[in-house]
Amino acid sequence: MSRKIDIVCVSGTREKLQMAAMIASVAAATGDTVSVFFSMNALTYFIKGHTTDAPSEGEFGKLLGQHGVPPFKQLFKQAAELGDAKLLPCSMALDLLKITKNDLDPEFGPPTGLTRFLSDAEGGQLLTF
Amino acid sequence: MSQSKVVDARNTFCPGPLMELITNMKLANVGDVLELLSTDAGSGADVPEWVHKVGHELMSNENVDGVWHIKIRKTK
Repeated sequence: MSRKIDIVCVSGTREKLQMAAMIASVAAATGDTVSVFFSMNALTYFIKGHTTDAPSEGEFGKLLGQHGVPPFKQLFKQAAELGDAKLLPCSMALDLLKITKNDLDPEFGPPTGLTRFLSDAEGGQLLTF
Repeated sequence: MSQSKVVDARNTFCPGPLMELITNMKLANVGDVLELLSTDAGSGADVPEWVHKVGHELMSNENVDGVWHIKIRKTK
């Protein structure tokens, strides 16, 4: 039976984004219903043309930069394309950044408020990174 | 006519091999056999788990000189 997994990404560090992306991609590709809500420092990596690497939190983050580790942006994209995961930008974060959904990578869904996200997440498992 | 295809995901780390397999599985036809090659140690247990959960057929799973060779038939 498929599970419902809701993920909140707020940190902009490589380790946290990587772990969230790994869970989202594997769960979505396995048939789970996955929604990822992006806010705060996590959202800026998905603005079109953004090229800055996420900084490492610790030693392990440096290992994640080596060849053969799938980048977190690729994993989130695969979660959306292969497993129909929803990638939802926080509407408050978009307002503060003075950008719209059109400024984000195309796999992103509609701007979403916390009330709506929490209401949709009811009854599922909520993970925060 | 079913086909066989090798998906070479050696030297990529988790969940790279699984995502490579799933990408190719989407493109394959029912009855096709995919052989995944992976050097990721966890693949030997993780990939069969995915195959079982999604409902494809695991045909073989062996480690030859540090490389997992996992054969899967697409069933749906």
